[in-house]
Amino acid sequence: MTTIAATGADRHGHDHAHDADHKPGFFARWFMSTNHKDIGTLYLIFAIFAGVIGGGISGLMRLELAEPGIQYLQGWASMMAGKEASMDEAYHMWNVLITAHGLIMVFFMVMPAIIGGFGNWFVPLMIGAPDMAFPRMNNISFWLTVVAFIMLLGSSFVPGGTGLGAGTGWTVYAPLSTSGSVGPAVDMAIFSLHLAGAASILGAINFITTIFNMRAPGMTLHKMPLFVWSVLVTAFLLLLALPVLAAAITMLLVDRNFGGAFFDAAAGGDPVLYQHLFWFFGHPEVYIMILPGFGIISQIVATFSRKPVFGYLGMAYAMVAIGVVGFVVWAHHMFTVGMSVDMKMYFTAATMVIAVPTGIKIFSWIATMWGGSVSFKTPMVWAMGFIFMFTVGGVTGVVLANGGLDDNLHDTYYVVAHFHYVLSLGAVFSLFAGFYYWFGKMSGRQLNEFLGHLHFWIFFIGVNVLFFPMHFLGNSGMPRRYPDYPEAFAYWNGIASLGYAIMGVGVIIFFINVFWSLAAGRRAEDNYWGEGATTLEWTLSSPPPYHQFETLPVIK
Amino acid sequence: MARSNVKTGMMAAAIAVSMVGVGFAAVPLYRIFCQVTGFGGTTMKVDSAQAATVVATNKPIVIRFDANQRNGLPWEFKPERPTDTVSIGAKDMSIFIAKNLSDEPVTGTATFNVTPALAGQYFNKIQCFCFTEQTLAPGQQVRMPVLYYVDPKIMTDPDTKDIEEITLSYTFYPVEKPKAVDPAGEGS
Repeated sequence: MTTIAATGADRHGHDHAHDADHKPGFFARWFMSTNHKDIGTLYLIFAIFAGVIGGGISGLMRLELAEPGIQYLQGWASMMAGKEASMDEAYHMWNVLITAHGLIMVFFMVMPAIIGGFGNWFVPLMIGAPDMAFPRMNNISFWLTVVAFIMLLGSSFVPGGTGLGAGTGWTVYAPLSTSGSVGPAVDMAIFSLHLAGAASILGAINFITTIFNMRAPGMTLHKMPLFVWSVLVTAFLLLLALPVLAAAITMLLVDRNFGGAFFDAAAGGDPVLYQHLFWFFGHPEVYIMILPGFGIISQIVATFSRKPVFGYLGMAYAMVAIGVVGFVVWAHHMFTVGMSVDMKMYFTAATMVIAVPTGIKIFSWIATMWGGSVSFKTPMVWAMGFIFMFTVGGVTGVVLANGGLDDNLHDTYYVVAHFHYVLSLGAVFSLFAGFYYWFGKMSGRQLNEFLGHLHFWIFFIGVNVLFFPMHFLGNSGMPRRYPDYPEAFAYWNGIASLGYAIMGVGVIIFFINVFWSLAAGRRAEDNYWGEGATTLEWTLSSPPPYHQFETLPVIK
Repeated sequence: MARSNVKTGMMAAAIAVSMVGVGFAAVPLYRIFCQVTGFGGTTMKVDSAQAATVVATNKPIVIRFDANQRNGLPWEFKPERPTDTVSIGAKDMSIFIAKNLSDEPVTGTATFNVTPALAGQYFNKIQCFCFTEQTLAPGQQVRMPVLYYVDPKIMTDPDTKDIEEITLSYTFYPVEKPKAVDPAGEGS
């Protein structure tokens, strides 16, 4: 994007043993941390941990879905309850699994990793700031997220209506979540969402202040790296969307515990209102998960094409446009609630409009690669994988945007396939791409290229075998959120479960790579990707000094 | 710089706080929106003076009556006649009958809806028994009237002009706290 002239003594980390690099003791450093890099690291470790749990849960679900009939569910429910579980309790267990998988992956894996992890690590580095604007608040954000996660996990061990745990789906729709789920589990899950939401709002305030106020001299908004742009837009989405979720789930709590009737039809409330409120948050939320991924991919594609990104301003404002339009399309998640044709037409058209800025991004990435000197290092193959997968998910998204078609496809596996292509393959591929791109910068040791490529190909094949058949299942009418299905769906379900196993092998290779590289990986030099990597973090040592940019860099 | 950080942070926090307000404000706004537009089959309420100005047409429309009760309400609840054929614009009275089948007093409250949902904005009720608590003594039976008319504007709206049949549905829900029998409640 810009040519950088870092100035002063901190250009190279030669002062490791010096005061600027003085690190506090273990407890103070990791438990009372105010350092953006340490908090970023904590977020990444936390997200990986949560991802293993959330991914493990999806493994349980794929195991149960591998064959028609109920094979394991009752056993698991019995194990959790410590007594012989009834069939109803087993079905409830299924609901708990889908709820936990969704909430964990959204709130405790993707968001902490992409915003808390990479955002904390690289936003200050990329804009030439010494740290985040409110370092102590940053610490609060992280630990609130941890408490929220413990709260959510804890909810699985207390009664939630038919059985143990909150079985409401990640959407927590009323009346299932109000009169349909008696017991403290749903209250705990809602409180967990409150805490995670508060943490994210605090984080968003922190990012906005940092990006607006703490850019290095000469770093105008229009010179900011696209990853910083993506985090800025995301922070605004968080700020505008999460409070509405907080309001909606607070109303749920009132309905559940204090005799409220916000969503109780018997007393004049309307359960559809909850859906409106939820999706007013929920739709921007999906952009919150993917926009920082867009930013990461932009950095990587530019680096490995050794070209500045094509259409920088268009890329930045495409993200702004996605963020703005993302707030006026929410009802496409609820086409089947009984809307008028006019409303369906509006929400269909508005939703399709989002394909325009998204298309600008996809084509600009391709245009960046076009004529570039492309090197297929691990982060680049992940980025190209991202572009391919996200396009597939985007195309099925345009299909689903049609109110008329959605009447048929609503709540089928077609929808599951769609949002896993954009999230599980889109957001997760961007996370892996960013991890391979920045791991050397963060840890000082490079990940292994061979294992990285192996991880990519096995994971890529695995997730496609896992999720592509879901399009067929959904088109044939297989509904979401059931542990069982007729024989007719057995073939593709078996293949999908096989795909999960392949993906699992890929994840194991990833962990081998991480642990091997941390112990014995090649030491990373300051700018190990070469001339294509032009942003400010590459002017620092790997890992960067504990405090960087004490003399602010000047951007020409 | 520190001062300006606090200022920016407070502004961002103010946005977040006001969005919480927007979230809660959505509740009354949504109710008003439904009442004004008849969204989702919300029927219109009019007073009798306003109703007197409506001129009946000679185009007939079929009104179906549907009555339900939620599980746990030991009542029999049904319309006196399952359908009425009325002229659009003409006022009509329909009777719903509720009977307490249990041997203790039970309180219920009713909600209503019309389908097709688009007809809601033209279905005007002058008098009805919605959202009022109704307590029935054991074995007591009440006749509850609904006075309504279909607004002639239904014939000019392109989305609704083809509607030939409207279903008015009532659902009685149990009210959780049982109250003493109100003798004035009968046949209201």
